[in-house]
Amino acid sequence: MLVYALRRLLQFIPTVLVISLIMFFLLNVLPGNAALMAAGVQDRGMDAKYVEQMLKKWDLDKPLHLRYWVYLKNLAQGNMGLSFLRGEDVRQVLLARFWPTLKLALAAMLIAIGVGVPLGFVSALRHGSWLDALSMIGAVSGVSIPQFWLGLLLMFLLSVKLPLLPTSGYGDGSLLHLILPAITLGVGYMALLARTTRAAVMEILTADYVRTAEAKGLSRFVINGKHVLRNALILVLTTAGLQFGSLIGQTVIVEKLFSWPGIGSLLVDTIFQRDIPVVQGCVLLIILVFLCVNLAVDLLYALIDPRIEYR
Amino acid sequence: MNDLRRQLKRQKNLVIGGLITLGIVILAIFAPLLAPYDPINQADLLHSEEAPNRAFLFGTDTQGRDILSRVIYGARISLSIGLVAQCLNSVIGVLLGLTAGFLGRWWDDLVMGLTNIMLSIPALVLALAIMAVLGPGLWNVFLALGFTNWSYSCRVTRSQVLAARSLDYVTAARALGCGRVRIMLTQILPNIVGPILVIATLGVAYAILTEASLSFLGLGAQPPTPSWGGMLSTAREQLFTAPWISIFPGLAIFITVLGLNLLGDGLRDILDPHTTRQRR
Repeated sequence: MLVYALRRLLQFIPTVLVISLIMFFLLNVLPGNAALMAAGVQDRGMDAKYVEQMLKKWDLDKPLHLRYWVYLKNLAQGNMGLSFLRGEDVRQVLLARFWPTLKLALAAMLIAIGVGVPLGFVSALRHGSWLDALSMIGAVSGVSIPQFWLGLLLMFLLSVKLPLLPTSGYGDGSLLHLILPAITLGVGYMALLARTTRAAVMEILTADYVRTAEAKGLSRFVINGKHVLRNALILVLTTAGLQFGSLIGQTVIVEKLFSWPGIGSLLVDTIFQRDIPVVQGCVLLIILVFLCVNLAVDLLYALIDPRIEYR
Repeated sequence: MNDLRRQLKRQKNLVIGGLITLGIVILAIFAPLLAPYDPINQADLLHSEEAPNRAFLFGTDTQGRDILSRVIYGARISLSIGLVAQCLNSVIGVLLGLTAGFLGRWWDDLVMGLTNIMLSIPALVLALAIMAVLGPGLWNVFLALGFTNWSYSCRVTRSQVLAARSLDYVTAARALGCGRVRIMLTQILPNIVGPILVIATLGVAYAILTEASLSFLGLGAQPPTPSWGGMLSTAREQLFTAPWISIFPGLAIFITVLGLNLLGDGLRDILDPHTTRQRR
């Protein structure tokens, strides 16, 4: 398993290389105002000498391929450069914003798994009942609802009409500030997990080993808990893991809506400010998290399902 | 006739989703006839932020524009972005998947490598990065969404081609002397169109949601263009005083995406060989 994990880690390198290449060239073909931004100048009538100095300071006067080579060399050493606007180390800027994003994504995932999996499980066991119909209507609605609209509605209901929760912000990092953004982010994934769990459990319920367990006279509780749920968990885990990666990507909207100081809101802000090194850093970090989560999910399979063995 | 009715009764998702989608399409096509007011030029500060009433069924926004008219016209923007972006994605994905599955060898490795890389980038993040380069605007959204979500179509097409290329009809076409391109386009493609259509329908829903998200962030259609996401973005500030400005555009996105998702699910039930087999 260790060899497999190492091999997968090595596969990150070409992926990150290609992504960094695409991102670097995409972001650096921005029309000349990147240089002006770097110079801290928005006014094109600024002293040409000063702009030239600034271009030199940020190495923006060098050819693109040379800049990419320097960027790659720095990246290999964990150096992501300096922010054009703040002059701070991008790594530090990202580190400061990473925990709020991770906290939000984990809380959303917890809600999604905590509600979605039991809902899907019970729906499948009570297949065809009103509970099944109701939860599946909820699931298809949850997948279709735009996150930012749901967030606005929750804000209106739970912060304005019933002033139970703060409308936005991080506060002192308390749970109260986390609840609304986490629900907003988690509802779609909860719906998806409910649908996946239901489909997986319904398929497993018709499997031979479940029939054998019934024939042996095992109690319904043991069959459902030990045979059905454990096997369904593999598919659920795959979906949950894959979704966690895209959940990190989706934080962009929710963070912006709730003024949450994470990577997502930083990405949007720096896109508007054209602070290219920070944009590159944000995108790369989101993708790295996505890749790491996928790897972790693959490795977890082996723990849940002894039939899976990595060589 | 009875058989068709029985089939339709069984395919509730397809029927409900199809009807909703048809309704939205009609709304978009006949917007000038259906909208009671002009969505852009009828600003009237005397009627600013009016709650829903007889004259303005969905109320008015800060500039006094009729929200119902803007929601109806918004269907044009959302549907056109969804359709054009997904068409681009489908063309790219199908072409790559078809050739990768049929030709194999280094081309297959290259395409699959690229697809895996694309799958490892959250589409919204990539779209945001492209928008950072192109700048805000409706046309840029078409481009950003049209080139970022082809990987699913590519994967599905490739897997279908791999299964189809060793079937008898392909061998027969080869024996008759058909060229590679002809076999791919006239023999294989028509036989694998079902799963591709399912992915495309779900892709339209995804593109509409992503466009709304980009507009919400201020990167999509710019005011005064009546786009649903853009309307929600500006409505945020009036949430406490005039919540109806947020409710109706959001509801329009929700119903449209719900309809397309149901339609996609229904189509999958009929066209996807795997689920069809399971049902039998």
